[in-house]
Amino acid sequence: MIGLEAINVTKVYGAGATAVTAVNDVSLSVRRGEFVALVGPSGSGKTTMLAMLAGLLRPSAGQIFIAGQDIGRMSETQRTRFRGRYIGFAFQSNNLVPYLTALENVELLLRLNGKLDRNGRERARDLLVRLGLGERLHNRPNQLSGGQQQRVAIARALIHEPEVVLADEPTASLDTERAHQVVQTFAELIHEQNRAGIMVTHDLRMCKYVDRVIQMMDGKVSRVITDRREILRLAGAADELDGHPPSVNGKPALAGDPLAILQGV
Amino acid sequence: MAFYLAFKEVWRNKGRFALIAAVVALITVLVLFIAALAEGLASANREYIEKLNGELLVFQANTQLSTAASRIGRSRVAELRRVEGVEAVGQVGFSTAKLVPPGGDEINVAFIGVEPGMPGEPEVFAGQQLERSRGNNVIVDEGVIVRLGVQVGDLIRLKVTRGTREEFYDLTVVGLTDRRQYFFQPAVFAPIVTWDNIRADGGQPGGELVSNIAVVKLRNPDEIERMKRRIEAEVKDVEVADKKTAWEALPGYTAQQSTLSTQQFFTFFIGVLVVGGFFQIQTLQKVAQIGMLKAIGLSNWTVGLTAFAQIIIVNALGVAVGAAGTLALTANFPVTVPIVLTGATALAAVLALLAIGPLGGIVSVVALLRIEPLRALGMAQ
Ligand SMILES: Nc1ncnc2c1ncn2[C@@H]1O[C@H](COP(=O)(O)OP(=O)(O)O)[C@@H](O)[C@H]1O
Ligand SMILES: [Mg+2]
Repeated sequence: MIGLEAINVTKVYGAGATAVTAVNDVSLSVRRGEFVALVGPSGSGKTTMLAMLAGLLRPSAGQIFIAGQDIGRMSETQRTRFRGRYIGFAFQSNNLVPYLTALENVELLLRLNGKLDRNGRERARDLLVRLGLGERLHNRPNQLSGGQQQRVAIARALIHEPEVVLADEPTASLDTERAHQVVQTFAELIHEQNRAGIMVTHDLRMCKYVDRVIQMMDGKVSRVITDRREILRLAGAADELDGHPPSVNGKPALAGDPLAILQGV
Repeated sequence: MAFYLAFKEVWRNKGRFALIAAVVALITVLVLFIAALAEGLASANREYIEKLNGELLVFQANTQLSTAASRIGRSRVAELRRVEGVEAVGQVGFSTAKLVPPGGDEINVAFIGVEPGMPGEPEVFAGQQLERSRGNNVIVDEGVIVRLGVQVGDLIRLKVTRGTREEFYDLTVVGLTDRRQYFFQPAVFAPIVTWDNIRADGGQPGGELVSNIAVVKLRNPDEIERMKRRIEAEVKDVEVADKKTAWEALPGYTAQQSTLSTQQFFTFFIGVLVVGGFFQIQTLQKVAQIGMLKAIGLSNWTVGLTAFAQIIIVNALGVAVGAAGTLALTANFPVTVPIVLTGATALAAVLALLAIGPLGGIVSVVALLRIEPLRALGMAQ
């Protein structure tokens, strides 16, 4: 089942001589239960693409369907409501409302959708407990570590059972260990709860938790990696191959510089 | 949602919001004090005229409605009484004197001559009205009562300086009236003939009894404009004014009031700037957070309403505290201080103060509405 589908999407900034084509005729789709990483060098159009998929930026051309609805045709107000209902967000920073507790931050999305009933509160609590924040439910963001904050953000992105979950560099401010923890749990939940997940990252090591890597270059998709071994090789985690379940077909990983793959060398 | 967020944010940042509420409270105190002072000074000036039991004041022509310059003689009063539609006319004369309390400091008073039973004589709340045009009976107003502690039947001593000589008169208080200050002075009312004999430059022999003005009571109080024109047409050498026109012509009255209302306006304006500045700084600090909220699905309406609700809450809180404080303070002021906080002036000022927040906050709310949800991704268009 399709969660998100982008068809021939283009984004041009500015006009005339100064026009910049940030995304050039890109098509991609992400099924529910699938976690995809969007990678590529700086300036390749990742953020622009994500902003369009999120309904934050209108494509210059092309269509984007989420939950079967064409978000390009919606008014500003409709898109805002749509985001609140169908999309979950985890940003790089400034994710949380500073004056709300961890639990309240997660509940915000339920409140927004009129689903803050007993069951909803319980789910929010359980999700935070599951993310290891059982002791931190009533702490405010400034009393949480960076990793804890990002885990709250992940709970916030998932609690309202969105169709699509989008993450923009969710590990940028975390140390390696925390980054792995956060993305691993994120991936687990996306698979478990059957969401379509997309994560923009520049940290290739994080790719080991995704099902597909879409690499962008100069506004185009330059490469799509679906092979488990290649993903792990890209992530520089080939030796972990055995520990990883479904899509692995058991072949030994290739050695090499992951960046070399990315740059198509 | 908006009220939930507004309340949570204020509650969890109590210190910061309490600070701005305190500033609003202080501005409220200041504005109300100026209002009370304006009101106090105004009524200290005009109280007697305002409470006159007549509708029109008659001045000598070409005196620019100056009670000091105007002279109205008995013959003129007789003419006034013959004008159709006039119910009663009373002569009123203004002068000043000093009250000499036994063993205390002298008090300046307005010494006002009135015709017993005629417009111009104040109604007493205790004791009796004046009975005869002569005699050493007086009515005193609350200003005198409070300062001297006099009661009905007491004797008061009045000092008048005639030329270089000081003369003393002992008068009997027969009636007490409420506050009737004239020109910032508490008032003593005497029968007009007595007044004329006692006052510093009065009692000229030979001539008719001359007062400063005459107060006219109309048969139909709704006909003020028409009667004013009729009197001016039928009686020579007079100029007629309604009460408001008359007190606004009191020396310095209008200048003083406009000075005070200018001060009031500027204080109010400072309030708008302070509150506006505070919320604008808050908004600027919250750009990333607001972008995030809009990205995750909060509408512009919700974000705007949240900020607006906060502004209203904090502003109202400040005004409430400030107004309560001012009321508590002014209630304990001695009568000698011209601070009068009437319900009407306080209400008008409070309503204006409640507008400080919305006026000051409008810039920051507009700024909030302009923040793009794209900010959440570190982008802007
Ligand atoms: N608001 C904008 N106005 C003009 N050009 C922009 C804007 N945002 C991004 N770009 C340009 O679009 C291209 C893609 O940018 P971006 O989507 O941020 O790439 P990435 O996230 O992969 O670094 C870059 O060349 C960038 O300079
Ligand atoms: Mg980027």
